[in-house]
Amino acid sequence: MESTILKQVQMPTEQKYKENVVIKNPIENIESPVLKIDDLSVSYGGDKYAIQNVSAGIAKNKITAIMGPSGCGKSTLLRAINRMHELYPNTHNKGGVYLGDENIYELNPIQLRRKIGMVFQRPNPFPTMSIYDNVIAGFNLNGIKLKRSEKDEIVEKSLREVALWDEVKDALHNRGTFLSGGQQQRLCIARALAYTPDIILLDEPTSALDPIATSKIEDLLVKLKKDFTIVLVTHNMSQAARISDYSMFMYLGELVEYGKTKQMFTTPKDKRTEEYLTGKFG
Amino acid sequence: MNISTEISDRKMKQRLLKDKIFTNAMIFLAFLSGVPLFLILYQLAIKGYRQLNISFFFEEAPDTMEAMVAVANNEIIPGGIANGIVGTLIIVGLASLIAIPVGIICGTYLAENAEGKFAGLVRFIVDMLQGVPSIVLGVIGYIWIVKPVTNGFSALAGSVALSIMMLPSIVRSTEETLKMIPGTLKEAALSLGVPYHKVILKVILPTGISGILTGVILGISRIAGETAPLMLTALGSTVVNTNITEPSSAVPLLVWEFYNDPNLVNMIWSASLFLLLLILGLNLSAKAIAKKWKVQY
Repeated sequence: MESTILKQVQMPTEQKYKENVVIKNPIENIESPVLKIDDLSVSYGGDKYAIQNVSAGIAKNKITAIMGPSGCGKSTLLRAINRMHELYPNTHNKGGVYLGDENIYELNPIQLRRKIGMVFQRPNPFPTMSIYDNVIAGFNLNGIKLKRSEKDEIVEKSLREVALWDEVKDALHNRGTFLSGGQQQRLCIARALAYTPDIILLDEPTSALDPIATSKIEDLLVKLKKDFTIVLVTHNMSQAARISDYSMFMYLGELVEYGKTKQMFTTPKDKRTEEYLTGKFG
Repeated sequence: MNISTEISDRKMKQRLLKDKIFTNAMIFLAFLSGVPLFLILYQLAIKGYRQLNISFFFEEAPDTMEAMVAVANNEIIPGGIANGIVGTLIIVGLASLIAIPVGIICGTYLAENAEGKFAGLVRFIVDMLQGVPSIVLGVIGYIWIVKPVTNGFSALAGSVALSIMMLPSIVRSTEETLKMIPGTLKEAALSLGVPYHKVILKVILPTGISGILTGVILGISRIAGETAPLMLTALGSTVVNTNITEPSSAVPLLVWEFYNDPNLVNMIWSASLFLLLLILGLNLSAKAIAKKWKVQY
């Protein structure tokens, strides 16, 4: 009994499977990627890297899921895409991330985050603002002056996109924090959409929600991909299988496998991916 | 040896009695700690209510002769404490104007840099500041402002002394309030591309407003009754004075002056009652604001 557990723990070591890694440069796998992650390594201080030498292209108007066990670096990778990881002190990185032809590490993070929006694990509407003000917060907080009619239009459009309009249209000026958890999370997605970013990053957006709210958000993401490129971190494999077009599997800070979701779930190329997907570890 | 776990009736009764005595003693002592406030209010109201008329709020303090004549004729002492009220409003207002922005910004810095070495030093100094005796702050006001700036006793000097006194309460309440705000809120704002200063000014501080305001009001109520620092700075004045570079009166200073003048002693009660009600009112409003403006996240 003990030895089998030990085996499972020891199996996915780097030496053992190094030769199995088929995809050498995953950027070439995606046609005309909107975002290119080029040999990116991120450290939160010292020589220890949370993610190492990750290269991947993100396909336009598709959902890309990042999977992996806890601590594999999937959130770090996601945050590195709009530089939110820099909120921690002493971070440094090697390599680059290219949005179009621009290296995002040469952009101002404020400008960058206006192009790449983010939704977090726990719904976090601004508690002092109404639903209306939450949606328009990206404009208000950045000092962009809009006419009342323009604001109304953006708010309605964004709330319709997240299928929240019918539920809140009579209570737009109530506090956003009085909504249910699922509604709050959709409000947060609307807040990110209102600013019309190119890419939306979602960091386990449904892990704090119940199954019904989760399925609503999943439906929503599938609908949204026609207008936005979506990158999603999830520790829920079935969620990745249900909604994503491309999947990444990360392990110990390394991008182990990256490809079409269907292919990865049916015929994974790497032994570690297969073991993770079949529930042997993770 | 046969150990019995049975408790005899007599012992059981004793135990229950002890329980009862202990519980009642607790209730009594808790009650006792609430008594002084009511005794003070009762004492001040009984002796001072007759002085609380319109002229009390709008006239300057009487001089000794007027008061002596009134007392001899068994009348109410004429005049009021308008010079003290105006002085207190100006001195406390100016002190708030100095201390509130500095305190809130300092508290925000401490909350944002919880671990930093410099922040630790600042936090330590602010804590020490809280323990500085008020008369020492009066001396500081005298040396910093009275001598070199206003060339004489002034309301401004009093304000500076009091602003130092109220600073710690604002700093610490701001820091404690902001620390409670979840970091995800800051992330949400930053992820929208909002610059850091706007995140602080438009998201973080408004979210913590109730806690910060409570600290500010408690700070104000703490300095409104201070006497010692004002003795060495604002000195006192028999007339209403709105010039901050001139000596000014204040309600607690007037209480002290009334005490020193046998003919005016009866004014102590009404002036003290006014001061106490003012401070109680401030404390109650702090509680109300904390409750009403509390932000849910």
